[in-house]
Amino acid sequence: MDILFFKLATFLYLLGTFAFLAYILFLRGALSKIAVAIVSAGFASHTLAIFSRYIEAGYTPVTNLYESLSFFAWMIIALLLIATFKYKVRVLGAFLTPMALILMLFALALPKEILPLAPVLNSFWHPFHVVFAFLGNAIFTLTFCFGVMYLIQEHQLKAKRMGAIAKRLPSLNLLDDLSYLSLKFGFPLLTLGIITGAVWAEYAWGRYWNWDPKETWSLITWLLYAALLHQRLTVGWRGRKAAMMAIVGFLAVLFTFFGVNLLLPGLHTYSKWGQ
Amino acid sequence: MELLVIGLNHNTAPIEIRECLAFPKDKLEEALARVHALSSLKEDMIVSTCNRVEIYAATREIEKAIYDLKAFFSQYHGVSLKEFEKNLYAPVGEEAVRHIFRVASSLDSMVLGEPQILGQIKDAYDLSQQAKTSGLILHRLLHRAFHVAKRVRTETKIAISAVSVSSVAVELAEKIFGTLEKKTVLLIGAGEMCELAARHLVSGGAERILVTNRTYERAVSLAQEFKGEAVPFEDMTQGFKKADIVISATNSPQYLIGHDQITRVMKDRKQKPLFFIDIADPRDIEPTVGDVENVYLYNIDDLHKVANENIKDREKEAQKAETIVQDEVVKFVSWYRSLDVTPTIVALRQKFEEIRRKELEKTLSLHPDLSDKEKKSLEALTSAIINKILHTPITLLKQTNEEAMADLYLDALHTLFGLPEKSFETLLERLEEKEETHLEDAL
Repeated sequence: MDILFFKLATFLYLLGTFAFLAYILFLRGALSKIAVAIVSAGFASHTLAIFSRYIEAGYTPVTNLYESLSFFAWMIIALLLIATFKYKVRVLGAFLTPMALILMLFALALPKEILPLAPVLNSFWHPFHVVFAFLGNAIFTLTFCFGVMYLIQEHQLKAKRMGAIAKRLPSLNLLDDLSYLSLKFGFPLLTLGIITGAVWAEYAWGRYWNWDPKETWSLITWLLYAALLHQRLTVGWRGRKAAMMAIVGFLAVLFTFFGVNLLLPGLHTYSKWGQ
Repeated sequence: MELLVIGLNHNTAPIEIRECLAFPKDKLEEALARVHALSSLKEDMIVSTCNRVEIYAATREIEKAIYDLKAFFSQYHGVSLKEFEKNLYAPVGEEAVRHIFRVASSLDSMVLGEPQILGQIKDAYDLSQQAKTSGLILHRLLHRAFHVAKRVRTETKIAISAVSVSSVAVELAEKIFGTLEKKTVLLIGAGEMCELAARHLVSGGAERILVTNRTYERAVSLAQEFKGEAVPFEDMTQGFKKADIVISATNSPQYLIGHDQITRVMKDRKQKPLFFIDIADPRDIEPTVGDVENVYLYNIDDLHKVANENIKDREKEAQKAETIVQDEVVKFVSWYRSLDVTPTIVALRQKFEEIRRKELEKTLSLHPDLSDKEKKSLEALTSAIINKILHTPITLLKQTNEEAMADLYLDALHTLFGLPEKSFETLLERLEEKEETHLEDAL
């Protein structure tokens, strides 16, 4: 049941991606409305997929890579819908929907059976840890997108080209504001994710911090974003520097999520391929 | 009578030459009087903007008029003709009409569709009216040109997006700041250019205007117009700290604003973005200022470039506009060709009518016993005969658009029928006495 909803959601995100691409190609308001409607439908189906899996498995479904990717994509779409309705940044969908789609397709290729929960994951703290960490990372995905959009738009302005690209992107000011705003939400969530993770680690492994690769890379990520926040707050960093830092931070997020799982062995290996 | 345009514009001449040949506003009247004094010209007016310098004229001696006007440009500005002759264009007749219509409709502008040019032409025309250097032909021509401009504006989308340089500046500011609300604009220089640009930004929502100028009093008076503040010229750097947008248009021969200065300013501003618009010529702002982080620098050429990008999508609309122009050119040309043939037609009709009347009188005096009804019949018969005879040649004359052919017919008619030389000027005098604008009715 959950797999069916998941596949339907993937299909709708695919349609939504096309609709958003059509929107940025033709800049018709109606197309963006259609795209948002399709993605919203996909999101509803995706929610059902996660919820029915939760009922069926009896635990929060974020225990293997398939579930994690699905959850991550779900958060990204949720944030996309919020940002679209609240800030009217219509082009954002053209960035985030394809990203979510890639995560979904990636997840589709992975084993999806519901397995009995490993004892180490059966903890009060585990769902909190995972939800905080993923929500933080999903928000940083937005920060990343705003950063990329900022750099593109700034390049257009500095190169004095006000053509098709510039027309489709929001103003520098809005992009920088949203980038800062998302950082202000993402950073505390990442912090909470790491703290709840430490608490859970104490239960599971008997120590708060084990210097396992995932922990180390999370810390690196955290330090990068902490530095960005600090520079923004005190030195008044903004614009290009902040955008580039947000991109670097997101690369660390990606490595923590994928790189560590796939390349570095450690205690977090239950979220490795199929295990 | 032939129409003539002589001049140069942004396509044919670089700025240095345009500047050399431009007529300053305060000397325009005197220059116009000197042009009008040339014996080869009947009517004339001068259009002088930063992108074009043109003289519109009606003349009987086209070659001489062109020669005289070239000599005038050279003498008036003290520049050798060799320096700029290759930059000049001199369309005549139909081509001149098309040129003027295209200029007025802003199809010949650097920024296609920009609205200022029409106002500039209207001013030039008004001046020629005051100075009485324009007459019936330019009068009619310019009124048609304004009509064409209006048609182009309402029937095509040429004028819609942007396209004046000032509105491009507003568009850019919006791409940087999102909205102009609560933004502060600093004007450096209190000239007309600054004022115009500031007006656009204010109507776009800008909140506060600061003005600085070498002469403090002028800064104060311009600031008052915008309910803004004047900033002493020495405190310009203070102004940078408060402003979001800086427009500079002074006559300073060297850079006023340098890279290092702005780097320091940005530190004080905590990197809040700053948008510089340099509309001065020569430039006021060192180009490397644009490399400073969070600083955006556009000079007048950049703004033009952006404006032109906006226009590429509108090639089709331009095509439509050209069709309208062509339409109106044909209409106008056939009217003004008719000016040449009309005196002959009138004379021809008079000649025939005279013959008819004389012969009719003779016949009637030979037959005094005719009834009134019979007399009327004779009257009608003779009138019908001459109308039928004249119909074909008159229609032909009116329809001949080609001047050489028309001249040939006119000569032939004058010779064959021994018509008096009724000159074009007498016709014009008659028309002007009546202050006639609707010429068709008069003819």
